[in-house]
Amino acid sequence: MAFHHYVLVCGGTGCVSSKADDLFGELAKALDQEGIRDDVQLVKTGCFGFCEQGPIVKVLPEESFYVGVKPADAAEIVSEHIVKGRQVDRLLYKEEDSKVHAKVDDISFYQKQFRIVLRNCGFIDPENIDEYIARDGYLALERALTGGMTPDDIIEELKESGLRGRGGAGFPTWQKWGFSKAVEADQKYVVCNADEGDPGAYMDRSVLEGDPHSIIEAMAIAGYTCGADTGFVYCRAEYPLAIHRLEVAIKQATEAGLLGDNILGTDFSFTIEIRLGAGAFVCGEETALLASIEGKRGMPIPRPPFPAVKGLWEKPTVINNVETLANIPVIISRGGEWFAKVGTEKSRGTKVFALTGKIKNSGLVEVPMGTTLRDIIYNIGGGIPDGRAFKAVQTGGPSGGVITADYLDTPIDYEHLQELGSIMGSGGMIVMDEDDCMLDVAKFYLEFTVEESCGKCAPCRVGGRKLYNILDRMAKGTAEEEDFGRIEDIGQAMKRASLCGLGQTAPNPVLSVIKYFPEEIGAHVKEGRCPAGVCKGLIQYYIDPEKCIGCTLCARRCPVNVIAGERKEVHVIDQNGCIKCGECFDACKFGAVIRR
Amino acid sequence: MAKMTLDELRKLRESKKKELDLRSPDNKSIHVVVGMGTSGIANGAKKTLQAFVDELSDQGLTNVSVRQVGGMGLDFAEPTVEVAVPEMPTVIYGNVDEEVARKIVRKHILGKQLINEHIYDRPAADIVEGTE
Repeated sequence: MAFHHYVLVCGGTGCVSSKADDLFGELAKALDQEGIRDDVQLVKTGCFGFCEQGPIVKVLPEESFYVGVKPADAAEIVSEHIVKGRQVDRLLYKEEDSKVHAKVDDISFYQKQFRIVLRNCGFIDPENIDEYIARDGYLALERALTGGMTPDDIIEELKESGLRGRGGAGFPTWQKWGFSKAVEADQKYVVCNADEGDPGAYMDRSVLEGDPHSIIEAMAIAGYTCGADTGFVYCRAEYPLAIHRLEVAIKQATEAGLLGDNILGTDFSFTIEIRLGAGAFVCGEETALLASIEGKRGMPIPRPPFPAVKGLWEKPTVINNVETLANIPVIISRGGEWFAKVGTEKSRGTKVFALTGKIKNSGLVEVPMGTTLRDIIYNIGGGIPDGRAFKAVQTGGPSGGVITADYLDTPIDYEHLQELGSIMGSGGMIVMDEDDCMLDVAKFYLEFTVEESCGKCAPCRVGGRKLYNILDRMAKGTAEEEDFGRIEDIGQAMKRASLCGLGQTAPNPVLSVIKYFPEEIGAHVKEGRCPAGVCKGLIQYYIDPEKCIGCTLCARRCPVNVIAGERKEVHVIDQNGCIKCGECFDACKFGAVIRR
Repeated sequence: MAKMTLDELRKLRESKKKELDLRSPDNKSIHVVVGMGTSGIANGAKKTLQAFVDELSDQGLTNVSVRQVGGMGLDFAEPTVEVAVPEMPTVIYGNVDEEVARKIVRKHILGKQLINEHIYDRPAADIVEGTE
């Protein structure tokens, strides 16, 4: 027998610590008192996010979302809502509680997320074109080709939408398309940049895996607008599932006549081919990417001329990133005006972030531009696990920087991130807590760019290595005060003189941590100390003879067997052989292992 | 599929729209929708899918459609599964391993009860529903 109502009580750790268990008991009691225990199922759920406003109660089938519910409120929810059918207004989540600016009238939502790019991910079978079509798929292409929209109308619609490139720099999409359209040429191309390379970012992969037809549709619209009949998707070979699903989708679209010759009976023809990248990070840079498609070594060339004018095989080429393209069908089918209602004045629409690191609810989140970091980390991400303190978030990957706790309430859009010395980048968002060393973080990103530098220009090839060597000295305690000046000099030179975005932005992670964490970096240089206890060159593990009871646990855990001591006797670590892995520190139940 | 004309595309869209609308009250069939993106599969979504298929056949249930979709981004709770049963609210389950999958068939689909500790919230409202 089915129940009339389902009362869901959030069982996430945040809600449990704010008395969700008591609340659960009170709800059960109230249901008993009303004699409706058999009509209502009381369910404990996984984490709902919104942890700051917990405990959360959701009542189905009405989808009423109650926040900040106290055990004392249980009786009212049962007697008013369940018995009499009247929602308890004072506990309902109110939209004004949210700082999110998505003024879209026809959608009522209590969720912080707003999904345009990910609209179909998790809804449709990506290998079944019918399901994409059912969700207004190819409606935009249909309007463009047969609804009397000229290429200029489409560019006008994009202009009104305010869409900017989601791959990093945020260049207005309508301008890019307009440049390419304006050039007279016998052949033009459309390229989709699916060479997602930032550590921790995987939104493009998710779109290709969950909704490949949206990219195909957008590329066809771009082809129609600019006058191109051929498209290439440049995708990294490390994404086999994405490539497979895209191949299936291209095949299905071709069979259905939505790609190929004379699409929908018009005289517009368009085909798409896939090119696989071998995994070089620099091939995400558009000129290097085009060189790679042409079969050449993936190295950037100076711009201008921009690819929109002179690109693939010297023909006008529009290059858009996956996430940018995923927005296009929605903008064309619902209108630029609708899209422009979401987000901030200069940054319209939404942005997908890959939330990873020290965060409870890691995953992909899509929020309107202008959402604050606090909303993303605490309300959607559920905060930092294990009760640790938030330290910083890294955005923009190897080209970006860190944002500290002081800026949690900054609205996230292109302009604000740039002011803070970071960038939007492709949307990787790595959360760090007090156990993370910021020098180590900067070193990690620099190591990445040094490895990925193509070596063509000296500022990037030599400068990156020099910067890395300085950070390495800092991490070993052999750096000197003058190194700060050297970092500044090299960093500025790289920014100004590097050939492409990779080198120009490579110093950002370093400059950013020096700006926001001067004390922590200074401690490494001046005191030879790593405050977070991460840099192996600066820490040592000792066993406190007063506290050690000789349980032998540390000696058994030590992977290099350098802890000596008999059972019930004080143990000693041989500093010469210690690899500073911290196993003994984590293992000791008596706090006898000391890190300093 | 043969090449479509404009009319055929429109007709297909309308007919499929009704079929796909799991949350519609007119929906009379049972749907199990498994998130099969890279992170879902890495967390065992293929085994989960197989467990659904096996348990449904063990229970002799033939009126349940099992489908794959991409990931919905709840990576901390993968594998995720959406379950729609007529006259019950459609819910999203997270951390669905083989055991939970079998439990969903027995307790949710057959017993009409929701499963404790595994329900998650849909991350965002669906923007497509509002389109005419």
